[in-house]
Amino acid sequence: MQALTNRAQQVERKPMSLLERAYLPAIFRGMAITFGHMFKKRPTINYPEVRRPFSPVFRGLHILNRDEEGRENCTACGLCAVACPAEAITMEAAERSAGEEKLYREEKYAAKYEINMLRCIFCGLCEEACPKDAIYLSETFAPANFQRKGFIYGKDDLLIPHPITEPEAHAKAKGGRVSLK
Amino acid sequence: MLLSIGLPLIIEKFVLIVIVVMSSLVIAMYATFAERKVAAIMQDRRGPNRAGPFGLLQPLADGLKLFFKEEIIPNLSSKLLFILGPCLAMLTAMMTGAVIPWGDKVHFFGRDISLQIADVNIGILYVFGVVSLGVYGIMIGSWASNNKFSLMGGLRAASQIISYELAMGIALIALLMTTGTLSLKEIVQQQQEHWYSWNIIKQPLGFLIFLICAFAECNRTPFDLPEAENELIGGYHTEYSSMKLGFYLFAEYINMFLSSSVMVSLFFGGYDIPFINDASLAENIGTNWVALIHTAVFLFKAACFLFLFMWVRWTIPRFRYDQLMNLGWKVLIPLALINMLATGAFILLQQNNWHF
Repeated sequence: MQALTNRAQQVERKPMSLLERAYLPAIFRGMAITFGHMFKKRPTINYPEVRRPFSPVFRGLHILNRDEEGRENCTACGLCAVACPAEAITMEAAERSAGEEKLYREEKYAAKYEINMLRCIFCGLCEEACPKDAIYLSETFAPANFQRKGFIYGKDDLLIPHPITEPEAHAKAKGGRVSLK
Repeated sequence: MLLSIGLPLIIEKFVLIVIVVMSSLVIAMYATFAERKVAAIMQDRRGPNRAGPFGLLQPLADGLKLFFKEEIIPNLSSKLLFILGPCLAMLTAMMTGAVIPWGDKVHFFGRDISLQIADVNIGILYVFGVVSLGVYGIMIGSWASNNKFSLMGGLRAASQIISYELAMGIALIALLMTTGTLSLKEIVQQQQEHWYSWNIIKQPLGFLIFLICAFAECNRTPFDLPEAENELIGGYHTEYSSMKLGFYLFAEYINMFLSSSVMVSLFFGGYDIPFINDASLAENIGTNWVALIHTAVFLFKAACFLFLFMWVRWTIPRFRYDQLMNLGWKVLIPLALINMLATGAFILLQQNNWHF
């Protein structure tokens, strides 16, 4: 058989010499290795106190975006639901009635918007599909839950806090990834 | 009067027993903590660091957890023996401490109090007897569990300890030929003079054999076949839960500490402070302070051995069963015999002024 790489090595199957059969030299060598490890830097971080920063391309929980006046961007066009390979997104559209101009940016909005986090694979295709900058993947991840229905996130879970009434929470939810347009 | 037992003596011994038992329990408790810490550090991890400062309360948390767990006695086990097993393991583990000289003596209330519970003139034989009894705890517990894996573990423990006790005993005979006494106190006192009068210098091979056998007697890696968790799902303590399991695990650590103490007494000068003349030190700073330093030195030496136990555990994988038996019967016992014969020949030659 032709070798694919030249990395293959013949295994030696010679019987062990007396020194090797005495175990002790090998044991001492092993113990030197473990002792050396005592002085190595530990890669562990103390998690709840110290957190490792996420990479800028991290795709976490979704947020539904608002514009700078606090109006919802989403127009319930359904492109995200179509783009979603896991079919995790469902929504119901509704027409904006008079007096709701401060709540929704355009005439149509999502009355119901649900993402099933058990189905979602956090691929980010919804974010790419959205023409209105309405959905983003943030830098947090879905917390554990005791029940299945707890993983179906509705609009109240997904919407970003209001930028004017709750500026701090908004900035925190926005993170470094979301650009408000 | 040959045997004068007064009330002060009883009180003195009682206090000493309480102190020794309590401190060996506490040391065993923190040995479990040290084990986890050492394992973590050697594997580039952090180890327990949540309970209390630096995780120092972790052993308490572990103990509490074991106490609160449900106690299960399997239906088809023999109940009395099932309960007797861990009790025996714990009892025999604690009994060894009686003959170990923890220090020379202290002077309180106008009395010289020896820091050894019982200066038996056959001290080391007593240690051997008690250690061999230790295997009964494991055997009885494993048999009473009525579980095949437990029984396998018990069988392994029994055959392993019997095999290694032979080599250990023969290695010890060589040592006893050089010391000429069985009393641990006298063995330690003989080593007081210089650091080079430590028995490790006279009996290096004997020490090595003794050390290896001590590992086997304590069921520690690489000889932890009786509780091999990945072959026997825990071996002899498979069926045990709650504090009965805790007793088994605890007995292992007490055994470790006490066998470290025995090794320190036999080979490393016991409470002898190296490079310092203890007698002149006692004149300078008083008997009690010297006793304190002695005990501290002794515990430090024992702690080094405990570290060695852990270090080896986190370095070496377990032996295969045939390797274990080969090592015990075909390597250690012949070596120990050769060591004994060589020592005997040496002593005879010395007594005969180096004439054949």
